Amino acid sequence: MYAFKYHRPASLRSAVSLLGKLEDAKLLAGGHTLLPTMKNRLASPANIIDISGLAELKGIAKKGRNLVIGAGSTYAEIAESDVVKAAIPALAAFSEKIGDPQVRHRGTIGGSIANNDPASDYPAACLALGATIQTNTRKIPADEFFTGMFSTALEEGEIVTKVLFPVGAKFGYAKFRNPASRYPMVGVAVAKRGADVRVSVTGAGADGVFRWAAAEAALTAKFAAKSLEGMAHAAEGLNGDIHASAEYRGHLIGVMARRATAAAAGKYVAARHDPLAPVIG
Amino acid sequence: MSATGIGASVRRKEDFRFVTGKGNYVDDINRQGQAHAYFLRSPHAHAAIKSIDATAALAMEGVVAIYTGDDITADKVGGLICGWMIHNKDGSPMAAGAHPALAVGKVRYVGDHVAVVIAETLALAKDAAEKIVVDYGVLPAVVDLKTAGKKGAAQVHDAAPGNRVYDWHLGDKAAADAAFKNAKHITKIELVNNRLIPNAMEPRAAVGEYDAGNDALTLYTTSQNPHVVRLVMSAFIGIAPEHKLRVIAPDVGGGFGSKIFIYAEETVCVWAARKVGRPVKWTADRTEAFLSDAHGRDHVTTAEMAMDDKGKILGLRVATKANLGAYLSTFSSSVPTYLYAPLLSGQYDIPAIYAEVEAIYTTTAPVDAYRGAGRPEATFVIERLMEVAARQLGQDPAAFRRRNFIKKFPHQTPLIMCYDVGDYNASLTKAMEMADVKGFAKRKRDSAKKGLLRGMGYSAYIEACGIAPSQAVGSLGAGVGLWESAEVRVNPVGTVEVLTGSHSHGQGHETTFAQLVSHRLGIPIENVSIVHGDTDKVQFGMGTYGSRSGAVGMSAISKALDKVEAKAKKVAAYVLEASADDITFKDGMFSVAGTDKKVDFGSVALQAYIAHKFSGQDLEPGLKEGAFYDPTNFTFPAGVHICELEVDPETGITRIDRWTAVDDFGNVINPMIVEGQVHGGIGQGIGQALCEGAIYDASGQLLTASYMDYQMPRADDLPSFDVGMTVTACPSNPLGIKGCGEAGAIASPPAVINALTDALGHEDVAMPATPASIWRAAQKSKLRVAAE
Repeated sequence: MYAFKYHRPASLRSAVSLLGKLEDAKLLAGGHTLLPTMKNRLASPANIIDISGLAELKGIAKKGRNLVIGAGSTYAEIAESDVVKAAIPALAAFSEKIGDPQVRHRGTIGGSIANNDPASDYPAACLALGATIQTNTRKIPADEFFTGMFSTALEEGEIVTKVLFPVGAKFGYAKFRNPASRYPMVGVAVAKRGADVRVSVTGAGADGVFRWAAAEAALTAKFAAKSLEGMAHAAEGLNGDIHASAEYRGHLIGVMARRATAAAAGKYVAARHDPLAPVIG
Repeated sequence: MSATGIGASVRRKEDFRFVTGKGNYVDDINRQGQAHAYFLRSPHAHAAIKSIDATAALAMEGVVAIYTGDDITADKVGGLICGWMIHNKDGSPMAAGAHPALAVGKVRYVGDHVAVVIAETLALAKDAAEKIVVDYGVLPAVVDLKTAGKKGAAQVHDAAPGNRVYDWHLGDKAAADAAFKNAKHITKIELVNNRLIPNAMEPRAAVGEYDAGNDALTLYTTSQNPHVVRLVMSAFIGIAPEHKLRVIAPDVGGGFGSKIFIYAEETVCVWAARKVGRPVKWTADRTEAFLSDAHGRDHVTTAEMAMDDKGKILGLRVATKANLGAYLSTFSSSVPTYLYAPLLSGQYDIPAIYAEVEAIYTTTAPVDAYRGAGRPEATFVIERLMEVAARQLGQDPAAFRRRNFIKKFPHQTPLIMCYDVGDYNASLTKAMEMADVKGFAKRKRDSAKKGLLRGMGYSAYIEACGIAPSQAVGSLGAGVGLWESAEVRVNPVGTVEVLTGSHSHGQGHETTFAQLVSHRLGIPIENVSIVHGDTDKVQFGMGTYGSRSGAVGMSAISKALDKVEAKAKKVAAYVLEASADDITFKDGMFSVAGTDKKVDFGSVALQAYIAHKFSGQDLEPGLKEGAFYDPTNFTFPAGVHICELEVDPETGITRIDRWTAVDDFGNVINPMIVEGQVHGGIGQGIGQALCEGAIYDASGQLLTASYMDYQMPRADDLPSFDVGMTVTACPSNPLGIKGCGEAGAIASPPAVINALTDALGHEDVAMPATPASIWRAAQKSKLRVAAE
């Protein structure tokens, strides 16, 4: 790690001001991506603005038709929140299946989506549930927020403050973990609100999280795992690496989509205990 | 059996300090005025070093020194050595390139040591390393074992044309060829034994310290054998004579073989400590561990077995290529030769065997012994052959093994080894009962109903431990003898210190060795302490590897205890005013046969030291005895492991449902610790079979250089193990011990692959059988089923 200047603003306002003023500054929330990168000397920001203690970014509440989660909420806080469990129970279970206890107690939802790691879980949930990302300046629909691998619609000086999830959807998520890192190698989130069906895929796309139109069409016609029988995503546009070829990932997208759909419909029956392929619904 | 004697599951004495964070590891050691070392490592797999310019780095504040290979050479310090000479088929010695501690002229793998920066802090040392300008002339990498020996491949060492280290063989080729001519059936397989990265929990570390007043050096290092480190550094590398070099290996957090070897880093730290006149400390980070710890395995093998019409084995031929990496690590040459081929006979009566091994240099990290060292590779060959042959012959794999088991002992195999004792039928029978083999067919049907493929696989392994008779290994090329030493010091109040040349880095010696003493002297286990890992305390020792500490290390203690008992009896005779011949010793009490006169061990110890009851001219005061024990033979732990698993063809996920292990380790000192060793070994073996594999890309970059990409087995990858034992006491050492440390890692890979191939219905499954590869293999199964 290289030397850097550490700032701990007392308010969101002063965090925004520091972010605008300081050269080469990075926000630190949970730090689970940034700090390892800095330790490996792959990143060397001159200034670190620690927003992990900001009360304005905390809090989880149900407001009208939305579940509103403060960007600074940790995965563990979301997993354990009675508000989340009542509003979108599957989202609490979803949060409980990310990483390990250490990660869940440090990592924040805001940090996760602002980083938009192509193998991160929350972007898939945001996209499938049709979340809205609120920043210090505006509201951005999830469909417009995630713009590619490690890239988002956030502009210079913009900070994610809240994530708004509309309630009332059926939601299921199935992920196949990378056997080494345990990040999703393929994660598929399926949500149905009224006639609106959304299917999002993380871990597999060469350019990050994406929606799978063919599956959405099939499920819109009939919302059942059977509608996706035999379907696989084309290898084109998917990642291939030492853990999984693009073809295998494409196949797993189909499998995980079926399992997530069954979970969303309340019809998933676990054939077996699969630590690598948990299903949430 | 006493509560703390032989055979008792005594809780590990050392665990309190480990689990409460009170252990004393090398990284816990900080010396007055110490500086920190950081190694600038090669980013290229193969490159000429045209120049190194450290001017800017040296000018930085806080930088103490920067050294390169030229500086070490100028100090007349030698390179690292390989301690086992192997000869080619034609009798000529193996071709070994130089192995400088810091590269001279050329780098040969990613992670190779280019320079060391010594600075006030580690961060400063890293900063300075970035300022060193190295002009590399990049050369082609040599990565693939199959092509490294071919014409046109780049040369790793000029001393080894064609990158061939040796072309070695063992056995009677003519006899084996004749067996194949007479065969009714031949089974042939090709295997890859995947390359593994050891991943001990504690990374390697070293602190070198120079005492100018006495012109003496101390090295704290993460070693499994500190005396061997001192011997090599003194006699071969030339750091300092033995009486001026103290090597301390304190608590060490796992080794698995990787901490046997003498590495560049500790050599440089202790050498540099004298240069800079300050203690020099280095601790590997995890990336350095991945890049530069000696890796394990990495064989490509073709094997074929000849049988008669009933399935009796007639002969075996094995041809192996072994990747030794960029340099010959300390014992690397012995692993694919004498630690491998002599075990190819397995548990079977095979009249003719011929094995040939070609060892190859590549531009990858050095490869050396890793838990099992050669025996897992041999077991994988023979146990895959047995399973495939049984399937091809349409015989039950258990019955096929029974037909070919060795049943009479001692048994001389065609390849050096003389198995002293065993009962292979007993282990197989017990394992089959424990595994409920009879219920397998129903379980398989139940799995099929859920769309899952269930399979069962056997592994009937044998290994050679307790290395080894010194004369025997000397005749095979070893540079050292493989005895062990012990000293038993009885204090005047009857407490005991045992100094042992064995080294504990997780095995629980402080408990098991103390159990032996408690058992023999009839004293509480709390009254015994085990001293190891310091060349200033323990006179000499050969260290811990090859599951030798019980069979060899404890035998040395036992021999020293014999001497203590004999001496104590003489003291007791004076105390009890009787003839020494009439003294008996039992449960800590000396008594005179046929009388009620007795005295306890503690009182005898006190009398030995105050020496009031006898003349110092008739009997030497004191009670302290030492012994060196040189074994009469290897020991041969053996057993049967049965793996039962389910494959989800839709995802490629394998779940191990049942694991049965029945091992014959001879006599057992602490069943709980032995069971723990079995669990750990199986975990590593399953890791090799399903998870772990080091991957270099074509340019020689290690793609699996972190836990993001290198899959270690985790708790949820493993089943609960069902462990049983059978016992045939080993006749080759006084305690009847065979050794247990590596058995699990040796036995388990073929059991997993035999089960997977059973589930999938074809033999095309390689290690590691990751979900991606199993999914592909399951596609092939479907095609085969469709074709039938």
